[in-house]
Parts: sequence; structure tokens; C-alpha cells
Amino acid sequence: MASLPPKHRLQSSAADSAATGQHEHHRPRGLMRWVLTTNHKEIGTLYLIFSLTMFLIGGVFALVVRAELFQPGLQLVQPEFFNQMTTMHGLIMVFGAVMPAFVGLANWMVPLQIGAPDMALPRLNNFSFWLLPIAFTLMLSTLFMPGGAPNFGWTFYAPLSTTYAPPSTTFFILSLHIAGISSILGAINIIATILNLRAPGMRMMDMTLFVWTWLITAFLLIAVMPVLAGVVTMMLMDINFGTSFFNAGGGGDPVLFQHLFWFFGHPEVYIMILPAFGIVSVIIPTFARKRLFGYASMVYATASIAILSFLVWAHHMFVVGLPLVAELFFMYSTMLIAVPTGVKVFNWITTLFRGSISFEPAMLFAIAFVVLFTIGGFSGLMLAISPADFQYHDTYFVVAHFHYVLVPGAVFSIMAAVYYWLPKWTGHYPHLRLSQWHFWLSVIGVNLTFFPMHFSGLAGMPRRIPDYSLQFADFNMVSSIGAFMFGLSQLLFVVIVIMCVRGGKTAPAKAWDGAEDLEWTVPSPAPLHTFEHPPQYRPVEH
Amino acid sequence: MRIRHVWMTAGMLVAALMTGVSGPLLAADWNMPVGVTDVSREVHSLHMTIFWICVVIGVVVFGAMFYSLFRYRHSQGAKAATFHEHTTVEVIWTALPLLILVGMAVPATATLKKMYDASDADLDVMVTGQQWRWHYSYLGEDVEFTSNLATPREQITGDSAKGDHYLLEVDEPLVLPVGKKVRLLLTADDVIHSWWVPELAVKQDAVPGFVNENWVRINEPGIYRGQCAELCGKDHGFMPVVVEAVEQEQFDTWLAQRKEAAAQEAQGVDREWSMDELMARGEQVYGSICASCHQADGSGLPPAFPALAGNQALLDDPGRHVDTVVNGVSGSAMPAFRTTLNPVEIAAVITYERNAWGNDSGEVTQPAEIAAMLAE
Repeated sequence: MASLPPKHRLQSSAADSAATGQHEHHRPRGLMRWVLTTNHKEIGTLYLIFSLTMFLIGGVFALVVRAELFQPGLQLVQPEFFNQMTTMHGLIMVFGAVMPAFVGLANWMVPLQIGAPDMALPRLNNFSFWLLPIAFTLMLSTLFMPGGAPNFGWTFYAPLSTTYAPPSTTFFILSLHIAGISSILGAINIIATILNLRAPGMRMMDMTLFVWTWLITAFLLIAVMPVLAGVVTMMLMDINFGTSFFNAGGGGDPVLFQHLFWFFGHPEVYIMILPAFGIVSVIIPTFARKRLFGYASMVYATASIAILSFLVWAHHMFVVGLPLVAELFFMYSTMLIAVPTGVKVFNWITTLFRGSISFEPAMLFAIAFVVLFTIGGFSGLMLAISPADFQYHDTYFVVAHFHYVLVPGAVFSIMAAVYYWLPKWTGHYPHLRLSQWHFWLSVIGVNLTFFPMHFSGLAGMPRRIPDYSLQFADFNMVSSIGAFMFGLSQLLFVVIVIMCVRGGKTAPAKAWDGAEDLEWTVPSPAPLHTFEHPPQYRPVEH
Repeated sequence: MRIRHVWMTAGMLVAALMTGVSGPLLAADWNMPVGVTDVSREVHSLHMTIFWICVVIGVVVFGAMFYSLFRYRHSQGAKAATFHEHTTVEVIWTALPLLILVGMAVPATATLKKMYDASDADLDVMVTGQQWRWHYSYLGEDVEFTSNLATPREQITGDSAKGDHYLLEVDEPLVLPVGKKVRLLLTADDVIHSWWVPELAVKQDAVPGFVNENWVRINEPGIYRGQCAELCGKDHGFMPVVVEAVEQEQFDTWLAQRKEAAAQEAQGVDREWSMDELMARGEQVYGSICASCHQADGSGLPPAFPALAGNQALLDDPGRHVDTVVNGVSGSAMPAFRTTLNPVEIAAVITYERNAWGNDSGEVTQPAEIAAMLAE
């Protein structure tokens, strides 16, 4: 008991590991073990492997795009295929890589952080995972269909995605439906787990920020995935059953599509960043060896951002021809988001202030997250200024903005999480030297790729074009070099993870000396079953 | 000594890299253009204001962050403090950004109101986006034309050197008078396009079924180049906008010439055209309008864009061929050309399609036939 962190006094968690063995002989072996598993850790692992696979596939698509854009002129691919690549890159990264990665982390860590034995609905958990490989096999198969894959951008604006779309669009709609069901079921499961299975004595305001942000994210998912399902169903009807929801020729409204899409799409953006906030809010206190500054304000800021996310959707549509009043409303509401987001950044920095800071790989990624996400936040603030957005809109400035919040934002937070929790998952520390190499190559590559895009966008380069005029050539060449550097260094990440699974320096239960949360009270690697007897949680004094 | 040596080498490397890279980079444009309208100047100034606000906040925030990272290193024996909240500080850093934002919203609102006031225009131009060209119509003046990419295919494929205005040049620019308030009415025939000229700070979506309004008053004569900004399909990247701003007198002369040319073209409808004349005109129309989908050699890009060369259904049914070109095909990417092309152009392109690439049907479609059909 003396080795436990002072924050928690647990009655017994050592019994968990002893109990593990009794369950082993019931379990199917080989492939069926993974197909039939209802264990949150195994399903978490499946999600993470799936996400990494999609990340690499989506990355290859991005590199096709960047290779074509290395120089002006058409060299490698035709515009038709180029558009398929940009579209599939976006769809795979958003729905296949980032979202499942966060669900995987939630599966692994939410039960461990709240002292629950598993997710509340284990069979549903299995089902929501296995929907994903089906959805994305279907989506990737469209690349081989006549007319090619979807080519209308990940935002699939009608009528380009309906009347003018390739025949494979119907398959794309089905695959989004399946992925959407998976997300909704996953969200229900996470909410049920957090609300019902917390350790005795753990109040809502005792939960880690990772658990809090995921709880809020799960509500966002339940609120908006049905809107996405609705809008793609309307597309399905327009394409196959002669309706005219979005077809102006039949009395429909193409702008309605954008309202519906972004009513889903903007909360979706926060679905991809709120769990990242949670991860960083857990990692920074660990390596600053100091409690998170402003815990309560962090929770309120997260909730505010979530609520505001339903009120800003039309800032994606500033040039679509909105009336002045709408334009003003959405400009003001969007600017308002900077306030709770700023609070978060200030809290992280004040957590660092007068801490005792060390720079383990997880911390490196978390620090890079704070800096680079903030840069993405600044360009977001600029984009909120509607008159200026008339110039920024649909240019590489926007591409730079959302890649800053998604790559060194969401993706770096996922990498930080992996480096942070790998010792808990595998029982080994990841190789330090290689992890540092991975970090520096990634951080340089990501900035080389995306920083010049601010300039090319301001200078007038529209997004989603396969060829460009000569004044953008230098920026694009730098971006392409950076993209290959970033892309190839992710292979190093794969190597580091595989090495860590196979061996490495042994990690104790509490792998980081500043780590205070419940997951560090169970052995490393975490046995298959943990917290079968709920720990008695005693919160720290506020 | 060793450490200093490493730093010096690194510094020299960085300096060498900077001079190597910055040469070409400095030649490029790095920032939003100030532009040539009052509105574009205001937009640019808003952009710079918010940019500098972000820079100042960034310096403060990142300064505090890197100071903490450096000053409170575990490896230097830093001991962590235990504080974890401070109400006053938290209130200040919530309220202060709010005030900055209000300060920013005031000028932004003023500019936006100006941008939205398209009243009292001197000239109305209808801008219609089509896959993948712009159609301009001077309302009340009976002048309209289509503006296509003028960059030769060989430059795109790399078979010849790229020109100065690669991908930003058109066959017929939009000509506008300087100093006059021009109202732009934007719509689209097929998918959503977006008409954008950075120097004018005008970007407005052209949405099928909607007519959007915007306006521009250009202060300086010149040629201003932009592009379609909304993904509109295959040739989205090959749909430039070129605006030529000229003095009023020059504009009047140009407009008169265009009117005369239109009148001559209208007379051409009534006369009998020879096969050679129609083929020559048809090849020209086909090249600028049809070839982007159906390809220069008529081979198409199935299944979206069917082949025309050797297309038996097309050759067997001339009536359907005419109908397809004039009225489009509902539910497909084939637009109706009844308003975009005049009867001479429609007749010429149909004749061309029925006789080019080995389709030797020998059939001639006369402009008068098309005009009669359109009149019905």
C-alpha cells in the first residue's frame, strides 16, 4: 500500500491479477478470440490497431496528393483520381483513423480510470468495433468500382455528390451509415460506463479530464451522428429514388445540404479534439509533477465548447450567400469559442508554471500539442472574422488551419496517449531514443508540411486543385517534402510500438513517478481483468 | 568548447539553408493582397489586425510556456508547487479575451455591412458557373460570352514550357469599368462553384437554383486573376477568373464592339452554312465547351462521360442528339446548352460531332433549324 499514490487509498486491487487466471480456459483461441472478445482491453487494442491501419492508408492517399502537388503541371495522376484521393484521405482520416483511435483509448482507459471492471455493455462494444472493418472495407472498395471512388471531397457537397457523383456513391453512403451506427453505439456504451460504473466514492468532479472530455464527446456523437445519417439518406433518395432534396432543378435546395452537413460537421470537429484536450490534461500534470490547474474550469470550458459547437456551423458557409444577420450571428458565436479554448491553454501553461518538468516522449508530444494546436486556434480566430474569411475561405489557409488542429492537434494527442499508456498496456517502456527521433521527425515534418500552406493560401491558392499556377510552386514543394518526412517517420512509430509489445525496459505498476490516476494502481501490463472488486475511491481534498 | 563548436556549425548550416531557400521563397507572395478596391483594403486591414492580435497573444502565451519549461526542469532539481486554482486569475483570463474579441468584432461588423450593400449599382453582370467555365452576361446590354481556360494542354502535361500566367489565363476576360459600382449576380447551371478574385476581395458561391449578390468597385485599371474556389468536379483547378478593369471610355468602346459582333452572329442564323464552315466553327466550340468531359478525340471518360466517337446510339438518332445538347440530360452531368450557346454554335457543334473522329455521317445541321426549334 505504501507504493500507491497518495491521492487514492485502495482496499484491494492486487487481488485482480490473481483472479485473472480463472477466466483464461473459457476463452476461444486464435482468431476467434479477437472476433468474439467482449473484453474492453482487447476491444481497445482492436480499435487502436484498426485506427493505425487506417492512418497509414489515409496517409498513403495524402502522399499521392502531395506527390502530384510537388510541382506545377500534371505528372502522376489525373484530376479525376486526384479528387478521389483528397476525398478518401479526408474520409479515412476523420472516420477511420482519428475517431476510432479515441474510441480505442476510451475502451482501454475509461474503465481503468474510473475503477470499473469493463465497459457497461461488453457485447455492444464488440459489435460496434466489428462494424468498422465492414464499413471501411466497403468504403475502400469503391476505389475499384467503375467510375472510381467518391470524388467530391470529404464534405460531399450536393449536387456534386448526388446528380454529378460516380455510381459508387451509394456504397459510400452505406459505409457512412455503418460507421455512424458504430459511433453511436460506442458513445452510448461510454456514457453508460461513466455514469454507472465509477468506483464507489468517485464523484463526477473526481473523474480525470480524459473521462470528462469523453463523456461530453459521447453526448456530441449521439446528438449529431443521426444528422449525418439523415443527410446521407436524403442523398441516397436523390440519387436512387428520384427525390429532389438537394436538386434545384426539382425544387430542392443545395444549400440545405450544407446546413445539415455542418450541423453535424462542426460538433464532429470537436468530437475529434475534446478527447485530445482530455489526454493532454492528464499527461501534463504527470510530467510537471503538479496537479492540473483549474480542474473545474477545464470541465466547464469543455462543456461550453460542446454547447457552442451547435451554434457555429454556418461559419463554414460564409461565402454561400447567407443573409447579413446570419453572417453576423455566426461570426460572433465563432469568436466566442476562443474564450473557453483560451482558458484551457492558459490552464495547461499554469500547470507547467512552478512544476517539476521532465520531457518523456508523451510529454514532448503533449507540449507540441499545446503549441501547435494553439497556432491552429489562432488561424481559427482569423477565419472567424467573416469579411476576412471571404479571402481565406476554401484556400490552403483553411487547409493549414484544420491540419494544425487535427494533425499536431488530435493525432499528436493520440501519439502522446500511446507513449503515455504503452507501459500500462504492454508492461514495457517504449524505446526512448527511437521515440525521441519519432517526435522530432514528426514535429519538423508536420510544420514543414502545413506551415507553408498558410502562405500559399493567403497568396491565393484554392484547396482541392490538382495543379496550380507558378507563384505557389515553392510553398508546395516544401509542403510535399515535409509530408513525405512526416509520413515516413510514422513507420518508425509502427516499429516502436511493435518493439514495445515484444519487449523493452520493464515498467512497474506506476510507470511515471508523477502519475496519480487509478490506472497506475493496477499492475503493468494490465491483466485482462481489473477492478473485479471495485476500489474504494477517496478523492483528494479540493 | 565542443558545445560552442556544435552550435556554430548548426548556426552556419541554418544560415546556409535560409539563404538557399529564401531566395526563391522571397520572390513569391506571402500574404493576402491589399487589392484594388476600398473593400479589399478594409479586408486586408482586418486581416492584419487580427493577425497581429494573434502574434501578441502568441508571444505572451508561448513566452510564459517556454519560460516555465526551461525554468522548472525536473533535471535541474525543480520542486513542484502545490497550487491548483486561483479565481482572480481565471476570471481575468476569461474576461480579457472577451474584451479583445468585442474590440475586433466592431470593425469587422462595419466592413461586413459595406460588403453586403449592393444597392445603387451602375452595371449589373450575371455570372454563371458551369463545369468548368464562367459565363458572363451584361444585363440589359445584350452582351454575353463564355470565359474558358486559355492555357494550352501541352503546358499542363509538361510538353511545353509553362507561361507566366499558367492556369490563370482565359480566352475572354470579364471586362469592367473602373470607378463604377458593378453588381455581380451569381448562379450556377450544374454544381456549386465559387467566383473568386483575391485582388477584389470578392468570393461568392455560385449555387444552382439561387442568385447570390455581391458587388465591386475597382479603383485601378489592370488585369486581376483568380480561380474557382469551390470543388466542382474534375476540372475545378482549371477554371480561372480573369477580370480586366479599364477606363469607362475604353469599356464603352469594347461594349459597342461586342454588341455589333453579337448582331452579326444573329444574322448568321438565317443563312445557309457550308459543311466546312460548320466543321471549323464546331471544332472550336467543341474544344472550349465539350472536350473537357468528352475529350478532344471524342473518347469520353465512361461511365460519367460517354464516348461520342463511334457512338451508334448517337449516330442513329439525330433528333435525340440535338435534344441532348439543347436540353441536357436530367439526372446526369450533361447540362442544357440552350442559353449558353447560340443557334450557330449549337448547329456547328452537332455537325462537328456527327462528322469528326470517323463518325462520318455526312449530316449537316443548319443554325436555322436550331433557331426554329428554340423558338418553339
